[in-house]
Amino acid sequence: MKTIPSPSPPEPILDADLMPPSRSPWSETWRLLRKNRMAFSGLLIFAVFFVIALAGMLLTSGGSPVLDPAQVRLQEKLRPPLSAPNQETMAAGHAPALGRYLLGTDDLGRDVFARMLQGAWVSLTVGFVAVGISVAIGILLGGLAGYYGQQSLQVGHMLFWSLAIAAPILALASKPLAGMVAAAVAVAGWLFYAWRRRSKAAHPPLWLRWLTWPAMGVDALVMRAVDIMLCFPSFFLILTVVALLPPSLYKIMVVIGLTSWMGTTRLVRAEFLSLREQDFVAAARALGLSNLRIIFRHIMPNALAPVLVSATLGIASAMLTEAGLSFLGFGVPPPHATWGNILSDGKDFIFDAPWLTFAPGIVILIVLLAFNLFGEGLRDILNPKLRERN
Amino acid sequence: MFAFLGRSLVQKAITLFFVSVVSFLVIHLAPGQPSQIDPLNPKFTRDIVERMRQEFHLDEPLHIQYVLFYRDLFVGKTVSWRDSRPVLGKIWERFLNSLPLFIVGTLLTWTFSFPMGIRAAIQRNGPFDKSTTFLSYVLISVPGFFFAYVLIILVVTRLNVPVIDMQTFGVTSDSALVQVMDRIWHLVLPSILSATGGIAVLSRYVRGQMLEIIGQDYVRTARAKGLSDDGVYYRHALRNALLPFVTMFGLMLPGLIGGSVIIESIFGWPGMGRMAYEAILARDYPIILTLNFITAVLVLAGTFVSDLLYMVVDPRIRL
Amino acid sequence: MALSTDTVLEVKDLRIHFHGEGPVSRAVDGVDFVIRKTETVCIVGESGCGKTVTALAVMGLLPQPPARIAGGRILFQGQSLLDLDVSQLRALRGKRMAMVFQEPMTSLNPVFTIGDQIGEAIRVHEDMPASEARHRTVQLLDDVGIADPEKRVDDYPHQLSGGQRQRAMIAMALSCGPELMIADEPTTALDVTVQSQILQLLKKLQQRTRMAIQYITHDLGVVAAIADRVYVMYAGIIIEQGTTGHIFTHARHPYTMALLDSLPTREKRGHRLYSIPGSVPHPAYKPSGCPFHPRCPHRRPSCIQEFPGMCDYGQGHLARCPILYGMQKDPA
Repeated sequence: MKTIPSPSPPEPILDADLMPPSRSPWSETWRLLRKNRMAFSGLLIFAVFFVIALAGMLLTSGGSPVLDPAQVRLQEKLRPPLSAPNQETMAAGHAPALGRYLLGTDDLGRDVFARMLQGAWVSLTVGFVAVGISVAIGILLGGLAGYYGQQSLQVGHMLFWSLAIAAPILALASKPLAGMVAAAVAVAGWLFYAWRRRSKAAHPPLWLRWLTWPAMGVDALVMRAVDIMLCFPSFFLILTVVALLPPSLYKIMVVIGLTSWMGTTRLVRAEFLSLREQDFVAAARALGLSNLRIIFRHIMPNALAPVLVSATLGIASAMLTEAGLSFLGFGVPPPHATWGNILSDGKDFIFDAPWLTFAPGIVILIVLLAFNLFGEGLRDILNPKLRERN
Repeated sequence: MFAFLGRSLVQKAITLFFVSVVSFLVIHLAPGQPSQIDPLNPKFTRDIVERMRQEFHLDEPLHIQYVLFYRDLFVGKTVSWRDSRPVLGKIWERFLNSLPLFIVGTLLTWTFSFPMGIRAAIQRNGPFDKSTTFLSYVLISVPGFFFAYVLIILVVTRLNVPVIDMQTFGVTSDSALVQVMDRIWHLVLPSILSATGGIAVLSRYVRGQMLEIIGQDYVRTARAKGLSDDGVYYRHALRNALLPFVTMFGLMLPGLIGGSVIIESIFGWPGMGRMAYEAILARDYPIILTLNFITAVLVLAGTFVSDLLYMVVDPRIRL
Repeated sequence: MALSTDTVLEVKDLRIHFHGEGPVSRAVDGVDFVIRKTETVCIVGESGCGKTVTALAVMGLLPQPPARIAGGRILFQGQSLLDLDVSQLRALRGKRMAMVFQEPMTSLNPVFTIGDQIGEAIRVHEDMPASEARHRTVQLLDDVGIADPEKRVDDYPHQLSGGQRQRAMIAMALSCGPELMIADEPTTALDVTVQSQILQLLKKLQQRTRMAIQYITHDLGVVAAIADRVYVMYAGIIIEQGTTGHIFTHARHPYTMALLDSLPTREKRGHRLYSIPGSVPHPAYKPSGCPFHPRCPHRRPSCIQEFPGMCDYGQGHLARCPILYGMQKDPA
């Protein structure tokens, strides 16, 4: 009987050529970004805008800036774009830096191009700072609401936080005495609480027992706050604050930020509510990680995708709001130029000097378009269902 | 189901209470006095200032003021500080001005958004979809005040017709028909303006919803049954895709008050948006607070109505 | 092999390619199979081997970009499906060939009653007054074993359990008396006990209606329970076919043998379970020659170079492994 020598079974071939190329999540994101023409062009326009705004701020600030946005030349008023200044009547040092008025002049003879450059930086900072504030608040509140959910705050906690928040508000609202009283009570209460915890007293004394009663669920509290804020039409709220207080750039940024956190809060809360039930959270808890660490290090990075999209779109919206406020006269005080007030100055001359309307209008359109395209493109890219499955 | 609605009503009432408190505090804690009662205002003598202070209970502590104000509000006694006319009367007047603008704008928005969005979804990535997508982005990004002026320039220079305000100067001497047509004509431009932004946003939302539904398993089942494209899209997909929009109907209620300050300013339209704006500038607290309260009521009523509609329309939700 | 007039579906050398970015995905790479009246044929394979894509192609439900039928023929009752236009295909779909899908939870429209959805299938294909359609619907619900069909017919899908929903789907597929029913893993999402009830139901219905059933699954237990004949698919091709008995007792392809080996049975208790090393090839990056060669314990150099043809073991049992065929013919 012939025995066929049976070779030992060959090892399985695990050939890298037989698999599609593997990519890290970042390079995958970048690749999808390049593929998505909308998002990519949005990003490109934004990059160009950023450089121009930065350059603009540098070129138009200071005592004797390269491109002077505030230089009044009454004899040159309402000149069309690309016109050359009248050399005979021009005072020394008043000529535009490039020899021509690239975007014409306004009704006070100021160089519109220089003013546009000055306004660019304002728009940019307002957009980013306002959104930064609103996203920070949104992530904090949304994360707490989503993670702690049904757990209740105690009466004592709520009292403390109400006093702590009321104190600075009262102080700012010209009732400093009340503010200081509130702050003092809050601090005293906290010190007392800390002392009792230190001395490891088992239960609070009877007369203070009511402070430990559950007052309201964390989720319920945050959502009620969101509902209350949503009852105020945000534009009017912003208008109220900006109109009643002396105007300044920072107030505008802060107010826009403080009135637009509701959307982000809802998004983050929704993401947390679903992520909280996933196994990686249970695993983290089983490892004994603290709640704070779980929230910020483990869940948060997964929840951020929709926040990124909403933040990008929010920047566009904040810039639009700022332009609207400037248009109505409530923006940064003159003579500082913003795109909104250039348009506002120009509205009396729409038929005679349409460039005063079109220059800021078209530029705002392009910049907002860039942000909106990028934001929507991001939404498509970050959508996990559309990612390549290896 | 009724238990849920009952609870919801109670919650909303509580929210309303908090809103009224917060808005009251914000107004009264803001620095500066309304010009009418500012002792430094040279137009008023001391007596008048004193009398106004008494009449408007400004001497009382804050919480008493709060109670008195809202009591007056519900009774209808609240009076504007600028011209001593009843607040509710003034609001009603302006409301009647804003209403046609709101109705026409909303009609335009909803009539155009749905066909656009649905067709864009069905012919995804086709020429219609690509062009309407781009158009939507442009319309979302264009600042309203800029677009308004562009339209005004176009209409006035090409068509030579007046567009500002609600009616042309001197038209009251013409016949009723001419007046009506004039009114309608003046409505056109501002309505188109407010509609374009709305169409851009809503049609994108419709498209997104429709696309998501088309990808669902039950749409594939419908195809597997041998249904025609019409049956698949307009019967199975649409019915599901439209669910969230039925509820959006309720959320449109606050738009009644909103109006756009900017559009109304540009077109000189005496609507509620401008009224709120003027009241803020003049620190006319009764008007501000009343408008705020009405807005809050509308917002809460709107969410309540949309919750209700959701329960009616979606068979999965029978609380 | 000779085709009898009993043949309901015949697929010849079907090739389906997916065009995305990167290399073309050859999801189905030359597949032949036949299904006859009253037969239950199982297509077995792991996820990603192309069995669902094949079924969708037969029904005409493949989205044709990005998929493309790159070659082959599909003959239903002798008629070439690939030559039909859209409306002709639609007339067939749901009436003469029907499909039951995997996820009963999401495959029914939540806003219509099940009576409405089943009735719709009837109304689209047959001219019937509404009352008669409803009567037929109730009858169908009874046939598929739903208790109290008179009341259930007005229920919404969310009011039914998973098993009941799948029965409703089957009723919908049966509604116009199809000659072919394609079932794509209909029981995978259900509990094991419900699963066996559904399988029995299908067998019972088949005996009554004499329809052909193409049952797609990855579960060999299901195959053993209901299949008359089996086609084993791997990486887009059929690597073994035969009657259930032949496949389970004398499997002749290393992949089939490995699949059977990895089933936990009582004899293997206390021993380490066998699992096939390596993983299923990506349809765009297939190995040369025999697609199973990287994982095959019987690999020879010829396996890497030549694509293997089918080897005939008689009585309809074919396997695509010349190595084992050679060993079997020359045992000693």
